[in-house]
Amino acid sequence: MPKVGLFVPCYIDQLYPQVGIATLRVLRQLGLDVDYPEEQTCCGQPMANSGCAEDARPLAERFLNVFGRYDYVVAPSGSCVSMVRNHYAQWLKGKPGFDRLRVNTFELCEYLVEIAHVASVDGDFPRRVGLLMSCHGLRELRLARSSERMDAPFNKVRQLLAQLRGIELVEVTRPDECCGFGGTFAVNEEAVSCMMGRDRIADFESAKAEVIAGYDMSCLMHLDGLIRRARKPLKVLHVAEILQGAKLA
Amino acid sequence: MSSRDTILNALRRNAPPLSPAPRMPEGITYPDPEKQFAAAFTSVGGEFVRVPDYATLNVELDKLPYYTNAHRIVSLVEGVGTPNVALDSIQDPHALEGVDLAIIPGEFGVAENGAVWIPGSALGSQRAVYVISEHLVLVVAADRLVSNMHQAYERVKIERPGFGLFISGPSKTADIEQALVIGAHGPRSCTLYMVGP
Amino acid sequence: MTDHAAKAAAFVADEPRTHWHDQALWFVRLKRDRQAASIPEWEALRTAAASIKAHTLSRLADYLEEFERNAQANGIKVHWARDGAEHNEIVYRILSERGATRLVKSKSMLTEECHLNPYLEARGIEVTDSDLGERIVQLRHEPPSHIVLPAIHLKKEDIGDLFHEKLGTEAGASDPKYLTEAARRHLRERFMAAEVGLTGVNFAIAETGGVVVCTNEGNADMGTGLPPVHIACMGVEKIIPRLEDLGVFTRLLARSATGQPVTTYTSHFHGPVRGGEMHVVIVDNGRSAILGNEVFRRSLSCIRCGACMNTCPVFRRSGGYSYGYTVPGPIGSILAPLREPEKYGTLPFASSLCGSCSDVCPVKIDLHHELYEFRQELVRKKVVPWSKRFGMAVLGFILARPWLYRLAGKLARWIVPRLPRSLTYARYNAWGRQRELPAMPRESFRDLIRKESA
Repeated sequence: MPKVGLFVPCYIDQLYPQVGIATLRVLRQLGLDVDYPEEQTCCGQPMANSGCAEDARPLAERFLNVFGRYDYVVAPSGSCVSMVRNHYAQWLKGKPGFDRLRVNTFELCEYLVEIAHVASVDGDFPRRVGLLMSCHGLRELRLARSSERMDAPFNKVRQLLAQLRGIELVEVTRPDECCGFGGTFAVNEEAVSCMMGRDRIADFESAKAEVIAGYDMSCLMHLDGLIRRARKPLKVLHVAEILQGAKLA
Repeated sequence: MSSRDTILNALRRNAPPLSPAPRMPEGITYPDPEKQFAAAFTSVGGEFVRVPDYATLNVELDKLPYYTNAHRIVSLVEGVGTPNVALDSIQDPHALEGVDLAIIPGEFGVAENGAVWIPGSALGSQRAVYVISEHLVLVVAADRLVSNMHQAYERVKIERPGFGLFISGPSKTADIEQALVIGAHGPRSCTLYMVGP
Repeated sequence: MTDHAAKAAAFVADEPRTHWHDQALWFVRLKRDRQAASIPEWEALRTAAASIKAHTLSRLADYLEEFERNAQANGIKVHWARDGAEHNEIVYRILSERGATRLVKSKSMLTEECHLNPYLEARGIEVTDSDLGERIVQLRHEPPSHIVLPAIHLKKEDIGDLFHEKLGTEAGASDPKYLTEAARRHLRERFMAAEVGLTGVNFAIAETGGVVVCTNEGNADMGTGLPPVHIACMGVEKIIPRLEDLGVFTRLLARSATGQPVTTYTSHFHGPVRGGEMHVVIVDNGRSAILGNEVFRRSLSCIRCGACMNTCPVFRRSGGYSYGYTVPGPIGSILAPLREPEKYGTLPFASSLCGSCSDVCPVKIDLHHELYEFRQELVRKKVVPWSKRFGMAVLGFILARPWLYRLAGKLARWIVPRLPRSLTYARYNAWGRQRELPAMPRESFRDLIRKESA
């Protein structure tokens, strides 16, 4: 039985613990041996994205120490997983255990589809749901075909959610335009960031979505901030929160 | 050291490791290249007319308002149209200003994008005729169509020294609020006669 | 220093106009998608283009020499310019040797980069930019705001007012057809009077010694068919090895740039007009240095299609002028700081790193990865302000120590809900200007897990 290490991004640990709980529930429901190593903190993205590579190095090293012992590492975040798979080589190349860690660290949806081979999602979610195809998960992890590319279409997230009874996945005009979070971008380019977020929200509203669902809570945090300031009735949910009520097999 | 040598030395010094040239990808081929060509040519603002022979072409030409309204006509296609401007007698391309219609032969067409290859030698003594004329008529044989630009460049013979171009439709611009306007600096219209049985 | 964030904020302040600008460019992106979808081998074409460029860059000097030999055999004079200043001198010399004072120009981002126009104008040369969009911004004494759609930031009413003032069109007239007709007549006069025509170069072919220029308007063709002298200016990276390589690039360029299958005119110049002259000016201006930079050399593959700008959600909502450089948008955000890191240090941060640009780039430059890498360059060069670097060092320090991270988290979650809104949402809180902060839960995930196992 493979040992799975649960990686809970720092902002989920601190601000959206229910998403971590939901992720744990989903993985346990599949009968997996899931461990939450307490010594984890953060993947280092805020520093790395700011260009402060040396400040991110200790975090990459810590990550390898903490998670190197697992067969798989699963996280409810596309951007954090992309950090590990696509950017950690800068600090960890050649270090024992890194190659294995890199190819076995997964975002939740891709883990469910590619590794756990979840074929059926048995549950109810009678809501109109807009999918936020966050950029790192989409274009770095290729969780779906991005609209710019001309390969055969696929969408691992939609594949899972579409099976829920009663769910209506709404069509928006710009299915994968960036929401504007972008990490420190949200603060450094606040004006453009917020317009991008409001445009995304307007797109979901036009499609009459009740829920905006995504696999990156950071993007949803940014949209939720705009939604609550504008007192709109939209709800944001992480896909783990939607899947936790279902039976996956 | 000359600028030339400075530049070339710097480029050699900084060259990345040798990377191989790739094989050309297979281009799309169309079951009905003429249909695709006509659609592409029309979509870029051109007018496509199919005629079985040159006699019919001349009949059709006599119905074309751009032709019948034209005062100064150049024809570089033997037997097509009744030109009244002898291109060979013109020494200065500026004298072409005011040519209403030019009839030019295309060597072959490209189905994927409605482009027509015109070698410089087909343009006579003043090559500007293809762009300075108010209206353009192209004449292309129906059995001279390729599907895609890879095939096109296999056929293109670059005249050296010389000139050659692909024309796809009339000149146009969308520089004013993205509104498409046909007829920018070059011809305001482009009518193509595809000739053959 | 060009402050993209401040300029972008000013742009975005006019929300309806920003949405209009955004929609206009998004529409071009959609046209690109439709064209790309019509070519089943689209992704293979991009891969081939990237490979041709990579191969060419690894043998750039050889191909340039081959080009020079073949161009000279075609009767073309080849000049070499180390930098922008030398380029300008060469162009001016060609003009002044012939006593020419009237130049007509088609689009060349290189000549923008070298600031050719002001150089020539200061020496008594009348320079007419003949591309309609470029003429419009020239008349307004503005730079282009997009490398393919120079006047995309202007509404037709703006252009109508401009033409009324400069070309004598009717006051208040803004119909694009009417205005284009006026521009046609006006520019026809300039074409007719020009003594020298200058073009850029989309592709220079080593094998045949010629240059290819792609336009829709026919302005490059007018500018080179009438005056007896043609000057073509190119950066060293515009060279491609063989004629057959054009098959790949002509299939990608217009589709990526404007969502058309091909430009109206794809003109192959292999020599002067009869009785005339043709010159090619090959320019380095920092490109050989970029070639030596392992991380950023792929940016030299750029074919200046502008697709990255059209797809960039930030470019669409901030406009070309926010970047303050000849070439804006994602590619500009690499090219500009490569040239002057201190001046353009904010540009690599003018991005959410969404990656859309990399997915549309016809030559597969990994733009968003280069932007990420450039941020590290700027920190190493200390171009990023100390306050930002210190802040990240502090954050990194906290996050590297679990006990400190947990303590900081706990404190934040305890204090923030207890502070008055006036303090939490004060001016220093950039997040809070237009957004609510997330609700602060009492317990972290770790707290909850500990409780569960207890």
